[in-house]
Amino acid sequence: MRVLMFGWEFPPHISGGLGTACYGLVKGMNHHNQKVIFVVPKLWGDEENLADFVNGSDISINYREKKFKKIWKNLTYLEVSSFLVPYLGPEEFQKFTDYTIHDKVDVDESIFTNKYEFSGKYGKNLMEEVSRYALVGAQIARDRSDFDIIHAHDWLAFPAGIAAKEISGKPLVVHVHATEFDRSGESVNKPVYEIERAGMHAADHVLAVSALTRNIVIKKYGVPAHKVSVLHNAVLDASIIKSAYQKKVPEKIVTFLGRITFQKGPEYFVEAAKKVIDRDPNVRFVMAGSGDLLNRMIQRVAELRIANKFHFTGFLKGDDVDHMYAISDVYVMPSVSEPFGIAPLEAVRHNTPVIISKQSGVAEVLRNAIKIDFWDVDAMADAIFALLHYEGISKMFKELGSEELKKLKWEHVAAKLITVYEKTIAQQS
Amino acid sequence: MRTVCFYFQVHQPFRLKPYRFFDIGEDHYYWDDYLNKNVIRKAAQRCYLPMNALLMDLIHQYKGKFKVAFSISGTFLDQMEAYAPDVLESFQKLVATGHVELLNETYTHSLAALKSKEEFTALVKKHQDRIKELFNGYTPKVFRNTELIYSDEIGKMVYDLGYEGILTEGAKHILGWKSPNYIYTNALEPKLKVLLKNFRLSDDIAFRFSNKTWADYPLTTEKFVTWLNAIPKEEQVVNLFMDYETFGEHQWADTGIFEFMRHLPEAIFRHSDFSFSTPSEVIRQLPGVGKIYVPTPISWADEERDLTAWLGNDLQDEAFDRLYEIESKIKTIDDPELQRDWGYLQTSDHFYYMCTKFFSDGSVHQYFSPYDTPYDAFINYMNVLSDFDLRVKESSQSKK
Repeated sequence: MRVLMFGWEFPPHISGGLGTACYGLVKGMNHHNQKVIFVVPKLWGDEENLADFVNGSDISINYREKKFKKIWKNLTYLEVSSFLVPYLGPEEFQKFTDYTIHDKVDVDESIFTNKYEFSGKYGKNLMEEVSRYALVGAQIARDRSDFDIIHAHDWLAFPAGIAAKEISGKPLVVHVHATEFDRSGESVNKPVYEIERAGMHAADHVLAVSALTRNIVIKKYGVPAHKVSVLHNAVLDASIIKSAYQKKVPEKIVTFLGRITFQKGPEYFVEAAKKVIDRDPNVRFVMAGSGDLLNRMIQRVAELRIANKFHFTGFLKGDDVDHMYAISDVYVMPSVSEPFGIAPLEAVRHNTPVIISKQSGVAEVLRNAIKIDFWDVDAMADAIFALLHYEGISKMFKELGSEELKKLKWEHVAAKLITVYEKTIAQQS
Repeated sequence: MRTVCFYFQVHQPFRLKPYRFFDIGEDHYYWDDYLNKNVIRKAAQRCYLPMNALLMDLIHQYKGKFKVAFSISGTFLDQMEAYAPDVLESFQKLVATGHVELLNETYTHSLAALKSKEEFTALVKKHQDRIKELFNGYTPKVFRNTELIYSDEIGKMVYDLGYEGILTEGAKHILGWKSPNYIYTNALEPKLKVLLKNFRLSDDIAFRFSNKTWADYPLTTEKFVTWLNAIPKEEQVVNLFMDYETFGEHQWADTGIFEFMRHLPEAIFRHSDFSFSTPSEVIRQLPGVGKIYVPTPISWADEERDLTAWLGNDLQDEAFDRLYEIESKIKTIDDPELQRDWGYLQTSDHFYYMCTKFFSDGSVHQYFSPYDTPYDAFINYMNVLSDFDLRVKESSQSKK
C-alpha cells in the first residue's frame, strides 16, 4: 500500500494533538512496512525519518495548468473569511498576531506564484495557506503516481486531498480528528464547516477518531453512515512513568489539566470541587492551563470561598506537566465535547486514576476509568471522593488502567487503517 | 488662630515574588527582595532624599515655624533599614529638630481594625515600640489608621489605646453641610478629637498639580494662598493630608512640585494669617466643635471614600477572610519568621492589587500594581497564603 498523506503539522514542531496523532499513525504504518508520502506545508528538517516527507513550501505550481484554475476557482470563497482563525479565542488571536508580526516570513501576496513560503502555523493567514495548500496537493498529484490512495487529516488538509483526488482520480480518505462543533460549540465558523463538509462528501471514506465524532459526522454533516468508520487513537508509549518528583503538600491533589475553554468544561470541575471540599478539607484542587475562561474560573473559585484549596498554575510546559501528573491523586477531564482526548491516557501512565466525561472519545477505549456526564457535578464529586478515600477502587484502576494502556498501540490502529484502505480501493474499482 | 496642618504618609509594602503552585510546601520565602529594593532606591532618589532635605531647609529657615507630621509604616521602616539607611538617617534628623511629629499606625499598614481588635492592638503597639527604638524614645500621641480608614468604633478602639486624636478623610457623605476645617470629636468617645482632611486643597497638590486639563493649572503658591484666604474667617484648621510620594514620584520633579513646596511657607506667612501646626498642637489648641458620626467605615481612597479599593469583591473578601482565619493559630506561635510573614501578609496593598473597580479602564490601581491583572494578584497571594497556612499548622502541631 502506498499512501499520499496530507497533514498540517508533524513532530517535533507541533502545537496540538493533530501532529501527535499523525506521528503515531505514520509510525504504525512503518511497523507494517507500508509506504507513506507525508506532505506538510512546512518542514523543519528535524522530523524523524519515518516517511517520504514533502515540504509544501518547496513545491512549485505550474499555474498554466487548466485543471488547477478550476480547483482554484472552487476555493476562492475561502478568501472571504481569511481573517478568521478558528482555533483561537480573541486573546490567543492577539498573541498569535503579535507573534506573526515579529516572526513574519516574507510572503508574496499572490497565491499563483511559483513557490509559496508556508508558515505552517495557525496564524492569521490560515485560510490563505489552506487554499494554497490545495494547489500543492494538486501539483503533487500531477507530478507523482507512486501512491494508491490519498489520506487527508482534518479540514486544513481537506482541500489538498480533494484537489489531489480530482487530479489523480485516486480514492480519498478524510480523517476527522475534531469538528468545528467540538471547537466552537454551536457557534460554528461557517467557512470552516463548509470545508469540513466538502471534504467529507468528496471523500470515498471518512474516518472518525471516536464513535462520538462519527455521530457528529453523520448527524451534523449529513454523511451516509456506511461511509464513516471509527479509528481510535492509541498511545506512543504505554510504559509507566515513575517520576522522582515529590508532592510538597500533605493533602491529596485532584487535577484538571488542559485549555481552560468552553470545550473542556472547566466550570463543572470547579463546582464539583466545592462539593468535595465541603465534605473533605484534606484535598487540594488544581486547574492547570490557560484559556479564555481562566479569569471567570478564578472569580467563581473566590465566590465559592474555596481559593485556599483550589489553585491555578497557569500554562504548564515541559517537566511541569509531568510533575503535575506525578503529584495528582485523581485526574479529571470533564470535557463538554472531546473527539478523543489523549490527556487521560497520560495520567494513566503516571498511575493516576482518571475520571472522564462520557462526552469524550477516550471513554470508548478506556474501560478502567470512572465515566460521568460532564454536567453531572454531583456524580463527579462522588467519583472524586471515592477515588480519594476508597483505596480499593483507586488501586484497581491504577493496575487495570496501565494494563489496558498496553493494548492501545498504533500498530493495531495502522492494521485497521490498512483494511479500510483496501476496502475503499476495492469499492472504487 | 488659623493654621495649616501638613501630614505625609510614608509607606511601601513588602511585595510578593511570583509564587507558583509548585512552590507551596517547599519555598517559604515570599518576598521579592529585588523589586522591593529597587522601588525603595528609586523613590529614595526621586522623593525621600530630596524632599527630606527640602523640609530640613524650611525648618531651619523659619526657625521651627514651619512644621509637618509623618506617619511612617513599619513595613517602610523595615525596608529603610535594609535598603536605605541614608533615608532613615534623614528622617531621624528631621524628627530630632523637634518640629516634625510622628503619628502612630498599625505596624504593617494592615486592615486589622476592620477584623480583629486584638490583632489591631498588637500591631499598634508594635509600631509604637519600633518608633521608640528608631527615633530616640519618641512616643506618638496621635493616631492615623491605614488609608485613613475610620468609623465611630475604630475611633473608640483608638481612644482606648490612649490616643488623643485621630486623622481621617473629610468625606462629603459624612460631613454633609459641615466644613472639614474644624476639630470634631468621636461620636462614642467625645474626648477623642478627629482631624478631617480637606480633600479639595489636599488633592489640588497631590493629584491635580500637574494636570494640564485642570482649569486652575498651573498651581502657584499665590493661587493657593488666595484659596486659603477665601476660607471663612471662623474656620480654624486646614488639614493637608497626602502621600509623601506626591513629591517627586506621583508629581515628578519637572512639574515644579519641589519649587512649589519650597515657596509655599513664604507665601503663606507673607500673604495670610495662617500658621503651621502639627496634629497634636492642633488638638491641644483647638476645641472640638461637635461630634462627627461615622457609623460605617470611610477611607481616603477613590471617589467613593469607602473600603471598596481593598474589600468587597469576591477575590478580596476570600483572601481577607482566609488570612484572618489563621489569626487564632498564629497567636500561640513564637516564631519570628512566621510572625514577620503574618504581619507583612496583612498589608493593605495586597488587597488593593485585587481591586477590579477600574479593571476596564486600568487607571490608578493598575499604576501601583506589580501584577497584570487583579486575578494574577489573587492567585499569587492565595498560593503564598496556602504555604503560610501549612507552616502555621505544622508549627502549632509540633508544639503539642
